Amino acid sequence: MTQAEIQTPPTQAAARPELPRRHANWWLNSTLAILLVLVVIGSVGIGAISIPVPSVVAILLKQVGWVIGPVEPQQETVLLIIRLPRVLLGVLIGATLGVSGAAMQGLFRNPLADPGLIGISSGASLLAVLMIVLQLKLFRDISSFAGLYALSLAAFVGAVLATLLVYSLARRNGRTIISLMLLVGIAINILCEALRGLLVYLADDAQLRTISNWSLGSLGGASWEVLQVASPFLLAPVLLMPRLSKSMNAFALGESGAGHLGVDAARLKRNVVLLTTLGVGVAVAVSGVIGFVGLVIPHLIRLLGGANHRVVLPGAALLGAIVLTLADLAARTIVAPAELPIGIITGIIGAPVFLYMLVRGSSEKA
Amino acid sequence: MLEANHITYRIGRKTLLDSVSLSVKPGELVAVVGANGAGKSTLLKILSRDHLPTSGNLFLDQKLISRFSAVELARRRAVLAQQNTLAFNFSVYELVMMGRYPHFDSQPRTEDRAVVDYTLDRTGIRHLATRSVPTLSGGEQQRVHLAKVLAQLMTLEEINDPKKLIRPARYLLLDEPTTGLDLYYQHSLLEVAQDLKQRGYGVVAILHDLNLVMQYADKVLLLKEGQALAFGPPARVLTAEAILEAFRLPVTLIQQPELDYPLVIHTRQTNPLFLNT
Repeated sequence: MTQAEIQTPPTQAAARPELPRRHANWWLNSTLAILLVLVVIGSVGIGAISIPVPSVVAILLKQVGWVIGPVEPQQETVLLIIRLPRVLLGVLIGATLGVSGAAMQGLFRNPLADPGLIGISSGASLLAVLMIVLQLKLFRDISSFAGLYALSLAAFVGAVLATLLVYSLARRNGRTIISLMLLVGIAINILCEALRGLLVYLADDAQLRTISNWSLGSLGGASWEVLQVASPFLLAPVLLMPRLSKSMNAFALGESGAGHLGVDAARLKRNVVLLTTLGVGVAVAVSGVIGFVGLVIPHLIRLLGGANHRVVLPGAALLGAIVLTLADLAARTIVAPAELPIGIITGIIGAPVFLYMLVRGSSEKA
Repeated sequence: MLEANHITYRIGRKTLLDSVSLSVKPGELVAVVGANGAGKSTLLKILSRDHLPTSGNLFLDQKLISRFSAVELARRRAVLAQQNTLAFNFSVYELVMMGRYPHFDSQPRTEDRAVVDYTLDRTGIRHLATRSVPTLSGGEQQRVHLAKVLAQLMTLEEINDPKKLIRPARYLLLDEPTTGLDLYYQHSLLEVAQDLKQRGYGVVAILHDLNLVMQYADKVLLLKEGQALAFGPPARVLTAEAILEAFRLPVTLIQQPELDYPLVIHTRQTNPLFLNT
């Protein structure tokens, strides 16, 4: 071979187009983070007993040992025992649903995917309803052991079982095939829904009421105890999923394209499914099925900050937390002293926002 | 050296590749040619480790390719696929930066940004850097993906010193890289490939235009129905008879005095005996 005639790289032209700056989209997630703090402080103050923002700040700071002013004991009790765990649970569940939705869309390379696609919600619903309706001896034993949390436990087990089934049926020769996983997921969802329908048909009136309340979702069961048990599972996807953002970006090139860049596609699939199942499984277990957050939130973030998962994953967690906190605020105040199921709020707000995005998106492409 | 020894690849009872061998030395551009369905893309997918061969071995610098970790391999060889899909609206800059993923942990370093900067210039797409990839034309997208594979392999050191021979050798696999490119960029792409091979890269390219093969390739592998008809320098392999056998197309080879390679022209004549050999 000859070593002659090596082309020199092009010389730097005078007026060169600007390249994107380092951390081009830092502003989006910083804004969302500040917004989340404000929303949390605002919403813990709103309710049957109103607590003004300065008092909220005073009460919260007192907890970390910094007394800035007098604190009313009644307000302190309401905020610490009732409001704060509920708002924090909303923050964690919203963040988990948002980040898992974004990850599912990345994994399926489809902006219409959501965590429900791999059977999490329908599996959880099926087992929860089974528990409510059949009142089997086994379930009664679990109830006596797990108390109020028996239903949550059943829902979580249902979510994990359904996802395991979808994941293992979508494997061929030791590889998980994403398109097959989509189809298997649809089939398992239909099966779970049908079985759930059968159980609903068998249920009596009291059971029906329990089922319908559970299905529409509520953060009403929040307490520090619930938060303590649920938070590791809810935090896992929020903290670990963003570490996968590089692989998930490469995954947009297709599995072989990602493989050429050194991405272990099998590991990515396993990690995303595992984290989503744990996070969303626990979310469904403690709050019931909350639709639309996992689907719409990542979409909104992509519209605002582009497709890079480095921005999309944390952004979807932050915006999911904000939206769910606000939705829960609406759920517990609109018809006070009663409560609306939160799934109704997210659906009523989420669907029109989603439609607006679709219409706007398609007119942009035309 | 990238070396494929007696690669056989079967799906069910269908043999897509039958004991095909190929070697690419650093500093060589090897073209793979053949009719549709001859097994070119399958061979490239085996070279890129997308498929495992049914039998036969694949070595990269005397080491079995299965011994490399995914990231190790990604730093040593890049693949420009025939069809590039992209699920979301990544910007050109973000897509080209993906080429650097095997090199940095979570945040691109200054070096990664400098290499991307260079490859954007090298492929003439710097002005598109902030555009969303799906809004570009097919040819522009092809150049974006070329920039990505260049970014994957090149180092800042060799960009600053083009005369420096790279160590260890790296390999570029191109599956019909000229698809969708206009005449200017077809040659510009192959000139990039030539520049790389002079720096010590090995290049494998599936090409359809035999004149491009004659002009740019050091060696050519001629495939027919999964079998290698010949492997060697283009002028020796691409005879009128061989082209007729592989493509069922009669051609004439014309030697122009100012060129050191013959031109391949399709002729209507069907009798190979009358062709210039």
